[in-house]
Amino acid sequence: MDFSYTEEQQMLQESVQKFVQKSYEFDTRNKIIASETGFSEENWQLFAELGWLTVPFKEEDGGFGGSAVDLIVMMEEFGKAMLVEPFTSTTVICGGLISALGSDEQKAELIPQILDGSLQLACAYAESGSRYNLASVEAKAVVEGGSAKISGKKIAVINGSNAGKLLVVARESGAESDRDGISIFIIDGDADGVSRSAYANIDGKKAAEITLDSVTVPESQRLGATGSAISALEEVIDRATIGISAEAVGALESLLQKTVEYSKTRKQFGTSIGTFQALQHRMADMFIECQLARSIVIRAAMELDSTASDVEKARSVSAAKSRVGKAIRKVGQEAIQIHGGIGMTEELDVGHLFKRVTALDVMFGNADYHTERFASL
Amino acid sequence: MNADFTTEELAFEQEVREFLDSEFPANLRSKVDAGIRLSKDELVHWQKILYKKGWAAPNWPVENGGTGWTPTQKYIFATEMGLIGAPEPVPFGMKMVAPVIMAYGSEEQKQRFLPDILESNVWWCQGYSEPNAGSDLASLKTSAVLDGDEYVVNGSKTWNTYGQYADWIFCLVRTDNTVKKQEGISFLLIDMKSPGITLKPIVLLDGHAEVNEVFFDDVRVPANNLIGEENKGWTYAKVLLTHERTNISGVPRGKRRLKALKRIAADTSDGNGSYMLHNAAFRKKLAEAEIDLQALEYSELRTLAALSVGKAPGPESSILKIVGTELAQRMDELFVELAGYHCLPFVPEQFEEGFEGESMGPGNSAASALTYFNNRKLSIFGGSNEVQRNIISKAVLGL
Repeated sequence: MDFSYTEEQQMLQESVQKFVQKSYEFDTRNKIIASETGFSEENWQLFAELGWLTVPFKEEDGGFGGSAVDLIVMMEEFGKAMLVEPFTSTTVICGGLISALGSDEQKAELIPQILDGSLQLACAYAESGSRYNLASVEAKAVVEGGSAKISGKKIAVINGSNAGKLLVVARESGAESDRDGISIFIIDGDADGVSRSAYANIDGKKAAEITLDSVTVPESQRLGATGSAISALEEVIDRATIGISAEAVGALESLLQKTVEYSKTRKQFGTSIGTFQALQHRMADMFIECQLARSIVIRAAMELDSTASDVEKARSVSAAKSRVGKAIRKVGQEAIQIHGGIGMTEELDVGHLFKRVTALDVMFGNADYHTERFASL
Repeated sequence: MNADFTTEELAFEQEVREFLDSEFPANLRSKVDAGIRLSKDELVHWQKILYKKGWAAPNWPVENGGTGWTPTQKYIFATEMGLIGAPEPVPFGMKMVAPVIMAYGSEEQKQRFLPDILESNVWWCQGYSEPNAGSDLASLKTSAVLDGDEYVVNGSKTWNTYGQYADWIFCLVRTDNTVKKQEGISFLLIDMKSPGITLKPIVLLDGHAEVNEVFFDDVRVPANNLIGEENKGWTYAKVLLTHERTNISGVPRGKRRLKALKRIAADTSDGNGSYMLHNAAFRKKLAEAEIDLQALEYSELRTLAALSVGKAPGPESSILKIVGTELAQRMDELFVELAGYHCLPFVPEQFEEGFEGESMGPGNSAASALTYFNNRKLSIFGGSNEVQRNIISKAVLGL
């Protein structure tokens, strides 16, 4: 038994740590968020040069190998710094879908552009009525004479406003929650009939609500066979879920560390508040939560890299997201409480970490959703 | 044992209901329902309606223009206000400084300040906390030095709510450095227009600058703005804090929000062809919140019954503060959970007057995370819940 990282994984971790320390301080991040696009193009190009964008891809796609453990090594460091660049949307989700479903031509066209940083993507899957069920799709694609006409409304499309291309999940047949009949189409972000209302999320990431009004694309822009995208979509979102769970673990560890530091320096009643046993026990509990969250994310990542069955893999992902969600509530809220008023201000990073983990709790399903999914699988 | 209102109390309840129904302005009610922040003018407008009715100051004695209500009548009034979402008076004047002026102010101060508070002509704010004096308030450092017939004030205050609207600030200042920290504090009223006062807004996690830092740079304050005696301010402040800690359980507001949660849940798809109101996990949490609300309500009623027979509010109010605020925060979580992905957009302007952009999400869903963030303050302010637990340990359990 050995839980240590390989030499390559250590190098990857150090490379991200170095970048974050040098180029991603809190003030720098605030400037990036305030910019028009809400991410740094310069950083994105650097990620490409450093080979980070290849991490989620298999070797046959020109990637680093696509292991889930590699992914969590990176994402944890991203989480500590609250990175806003659209890594998960472009590489893990959209890259993953293209890799899983795309034809040789589609892969050859798109994957190199992702790897070299010239193409960003966003996946439009969620809808107002879908909650976290990926098979609940109302958006319609009607195919006629070699082209598909897509209409519907998508919400919470992370990176939706910046993406050059969108992967749109739409229904070709079946009733609203049927697993069969769901396809994914590649459309241009600025195609006729696409309207995007951009906004920033509570955690600083840019997103969009997207309305598709008879957007017409050649049938060749479908990813995979007609109406059979759901399994690949679920698998890819599961992988992304483990990625952002690791991101949350990183952010939670930052929250813990900052809270402990603060409790050592903040003086009230003539002593540092960290000397109060009532607070010590709560910080000890925060530490326990962080450790449990880390353990279960590692477990799930190892499971994804193993030969376990699809069901076992899905269960391990839901177990992790559920447990991480619990840790998010506990560690996030305690961090604010122990900081007191200062933890509630925009000027301190603690509040931003709290907002980031709150968003991560919602992404791809909250703790309740994943507990239920775990039980039902 | 019974928890019934008397015939008179029931008639009073009916009167309050009818009054609120006809007089609480419809445009304010719809704003409250839509989660839009009320402006200063709107709050003052509503307060003046209450003033006209003679109900502006339920907690004041009759001779100062109060209602002379029994504790039960006050409770009924607060409950009915909370149930329809009518805002309570901004507390800083009515509930905080006024009781101190009444108890310890000079006759001249009473006549000068109380009528304008009652009529909502003057807006007050609080100058208590400092960057290094939070839970340990008595360690405050802002100084006031007597120079002729004026105090010269230097220092800074923080977590000053709505100071941007305020005409006056009541402050705890240090007037003696040589004694035990509680014994060198005075209670001073300061005109916010005084030269040397500057305000720095503090933006909180919901994107709104609800609080400020207030800086005092050689601010000259007439000595007759001192309340009571010099160096007795801590005693006066403690009285005020007891007032701050009453009515903090928020049961009526909790009931209103519980209703809203049920309404929204009945309308929110679970993604599987049904609605969140029928989702087992969510139902359980909703039920737990309702059960805690019942326990909290009866705890408050028991405290009320004790008050009605003339007992002073004791450390039991700490129970109401802790449970009330933590329950409110749990309800915030439920709103976030219901909103799902719709809680993610950060568009605070959407909940401000005059917003003309495109609204995100159905109903107030995009406000759910903002409220969740903002309400983390509930367990921090008004004596943090840690301080409240200390009070229970010491004063109730004798530890």
